[in-house]
Amino acid sequence: MSSTPKATDPSAPLFQVEDLWVRYRMRYTSFEAVRGVSFNLGREKLAIVGESGSGKSTVGRALLKLLAGNAEITASRLQFGEVDIAHADEKTMQTIRGARVSMILQDPKFSLNPVIPVGEQIAEAYRVHQKVSRQEAKARTLDMLAAVQIRSPERVFGQYAHQVSGGMGQRIMIAMMLISNPEVIIADEPTSALDVTVRLQVLAILDDLVRQRGMGLIFISHDLNLVRSFCDRVIIMYGGQIMETVAAADLDNVQHPYSRGLLNALPSLEHRRPRLPVMQRDPSWSRLQKEITP
Amino acid sequence: MSQYRRAKVMGFLQSAGSVAITLFLLVTLTFFLGQVMPVDVVSKLVGPDADFQTYEAVRQRLGLDEPLYVQFGLYVGRILTGDFGTALLTGHRVIDDILRVFPATIELGTLALLIGAGIGIPLGVLAAVRRDRMSDHIIRIVTLLGHSVPIFWLGMMGLLVFYSQLGLVGGSGRVAVFYEGLVPTVTGMLLIDSLLAGDMEVFGSAIRHIILPASVLGYASMASLCRLTRSFMIDQLGQEYVISARVKGLSTWQVVWGHAFPNIRVQLLTVVALTYGSMLEGALLIETIFAWPGFGQYLTNNLLLGDMNAIMVCVLLVGVVFITLNLIADFLYTIFDPRTSR
Amino acid sequence: MSSEPTAAPAPKQPFLTREARSPREAILQRLGIGALTFLGNRLAMVGLAIIVLLVVLAIFAPLIATHDPNLQNLRGARLPPSATNFFGTDEYGRDIFSRIVHGARITLYIVGLVTVTVGPIGLIVGAISGYFGGFVDTIVMRITDLFLAFPSLILTLAFVAVLGPGLEQAVLAIALTGWPAMARLARAETLTIRSTDYIAAAKLQGASSWHIIFHSVIPMCLPSVIVRLTLNMAGIILTAAGLGFLGLGAQPPTPEWGAMTSTGRAYMLDSWWMVTFPGLAIMIVSLAFNLFGDGLRDVLDPKSN
Repeated sequence: MSSTPKATDPSAPLFQVEDLWVRYRMRYTSFEAVRGVSFNLGREKLAIVGESGSGKSTVGRALLKLLAGNAEITASRLQFGEVDIAHADEKTMQTIRGARVSMILQDPKFSLNPVIPVGEQIAEAYRVHQKVSRQEAKARTLDMLAAVQIRSPERVFGQYAHQVSGGMGQRIMIAMMLISNPEVIIADEPTSALDVTVRLQVLAILDDLVRQRGMGLIFISHDLNLVRSFCDRVIIMYGGQIMETVAAADLDNVQHPYSRGLLNALPSLEHRRPRLPVMQRDPSWSRLQKEITP
Repeated sequence: MSQYRRAKVMGFLQSAGSVAITLFLLVTLTFFLGQVMPVDVVSKLVGPDADFQTYEAVRQRLGLDEPLYVQFGLYVGRILTGDFGTALLTGHRVIDDILRVFPATIELGTLALLIGAGIGIPLGVLAAVRRDRMSDHIIRIVTLLGHSVPIFWLGMMGLLVFYSQLGLVGGSGRVAVFYEGLVPTVTGMLLIDSLLAGDMEVFGSAIRHIILPASVLGYASMASLCRLTRSFMIDQLGQEYVISARVKGLSTWQVVWGHAFPNIRVQLLTVVALTYGSMLEGALLIETIFAWPGFGQYLTNNLLLGDMNAIMVCVLLVGVVFITLNLIADFLYTIFDPRTSR
Repeated sequence: MSSEPTAAPAPKQPFLTREARSPREAILQRLGIGALTFLGNRLAMVGLAIIVLLVVLAIFAPLIATHDPNLQNLRGARLPPSATNFFGTDEYGRDIFSRIVHGARITLYIVGLVTVTVGPIGLIVGAISGYFGGFVDTIVMRITDLFLAFPSLILTLAFVAVLGPGLEQAVLAIALTGWPAMARLARAETLTIRSTDYIAAAKLQGASSWHIIFHSVIPMCLPSVIVRLTLNMAGIILTAAGLGFLGLGAQPPTPEWGAMTSTGRAYMLDSWWMVTFPGLAIMIVSLAFNLFGDGLRDVLDPKSN
């Protein structure tokens, strides 16, 4: 299997997504969580922001085909490198997941297996894709734990999820998802379950590793301020659609009324207001936008 | 560390305390059931022709002329000293009788449990993974049938088809008649005793005799274990750590057996322990059908005879077995679940 | 994932999927979806059909039966199934088909009587115990613990041993062992209901404990208790049949299915029909209740899904 960086054009996009739809079928209704989303991902840090229910997490999981059985994914193009994800079968997806695209989930309390020592879980992520001995995988794991700044990797290796703190849990998660050197990391609200004090520390570790290894990052978040300082480009989603895509630096100059509304709803030290405005939603935003945002 | 240990000991004492209360209630229950029965124990003991003096003497010796609370005290005292009285049927002490017949039931129940768990648990996992698909529906019907079929009838049908029509298995009893008493009794479990004696012929015959009743008994437990496994597993498959495992690139079955299944192991252990106890119930009917000389048959015979003392000792024993299994299950929980240890 | 409520003029939405505009509409929707779910569950419908058939058999037994169930005809004993005796005859020459048809009455009698005793008792004891907690609760829980520690058949047998064999005694014994499971269930439900805000609201309005128990707690416990009762019916049938088989339930010549199987046992090897048909009847009816209960659970107890 391949974990070595591909010898492809570094400027070529990693993910190409065109007109992605995700429908959930329920017994009597169906629900469209993602409606015609298109974007490209290069070796960059791309943020997807939006409120809960905007479909941002669904987009992340659709890229790895990790949605529940009643979800239906369609796209005119859903390409990762040379792989056509839209039509890939489960076997192909298994060679991509972990090895080439990984995902960090929100809350380590739930996303780490409670009855398997965390070290075993990390080593397993490595051994799925590499034919190595147990000792070698363990050595790699200890290195990786050190790389996410865990002071006593040997001790942590044998611990269970309930014995580590939230911040450490999320660092373990990062170690687990980065150990196979994937090309793309999807981070789904990786810090929102953490204490404010450890958030920045975890982010810094993630940032360092992503930069060192030249990975692409999709950072799913609802935190505009965080995204502004952390990412290169921002996609703003609402009602399953992309409202606007801007460079993080231009976040203050967004055009779309929804994006403006989101920004206005942020408290700010410079412009103190007696009361934060409540989002005024325009039903026209939910109408399908035919033009495809690149 | 010592804090955890103390909490653990406290928890254990607490459950031991509630077990003691349950046991006491159990003894009370059997006592009162024995009291309200319409049978005159004394005349059963002395026979219908005994004169008044003998009758009264026995009545006094049994303490039956004392007020109820004294009788209860005597009853508890007898049980605490291990005196469970004699059985009318055999003339032996009830406790000896039970010790003699119990191994046969354990043998049957254990094999049935192995069959039930060995098939039921994997089927339950399969049903959960293939939820709402064809295989799930088929498994659902098979297990519902297992819940619905009268076990004594299934046993008879089995005898009719596999013994009388096809001749594939042995009929009633534990072993063919001409092998009876050939191997010395060590454990009381014929499969083990015949192996210990190195007598493969007896072993083969015993296998042919036990396989049908054990399968019938196992089918019922298979059904309930399968349904429980399915619902435990569906719970786990919806957890976030399952997504993490899939993100790593594990195959469906690696996720299921390597990640989700370890999380239901302890729960399963508990229900398997309790299922083991419920074998006693099935054994009651199955042993009657297959003339299996075990605990179930002993209890049934005493029921038909109306020997209340023997019946109540049997009930007491079943209660103790169940309470013990419950306690063991709790204990296993604390030992094997990393979330409750340390 | 919840969809944002769209302010766009709602197009004509089907009644069942649109947002309810009144409590009455909400109830109707719930009933409608429930009925649809149940109707869509083919297995549950099969169960329901068999139960209806059983009831019809029981009501019209004398009309449906081809023979008098207790009419002996020693010259026609142990005849195999034929056009006159659909399921053959037994050792006294009685028509097995007719006996099974009449046996439906006994089965329904047992199931009905046990259910109407066990349901209300369990519900009330469980709700009271869970709502008040404390000493009463501890006592009730210990007692139910004791009952639940037993396989139900063995405890039932112990009661029957005391009460003596017979149909009424069997019903009483089954009911005596059956209520603790219901009480446990109702108690567990009550514990979650007790801590909800609407109970707190009712208390603030000055409702008495009894009022709350009977108007707020018990109605909320009902769905899961009903599901459990239905699933329990299958167990009742099997236990009653087991008692009959051991000769401790209904006494001859009552055409009780378990007892019929038991008599058939002696003639099993050359008169297979004497065992086969009564046993099949037990299995089919018990299966029907299981299927029906399963379907009901999908409708009434969405938590289990």
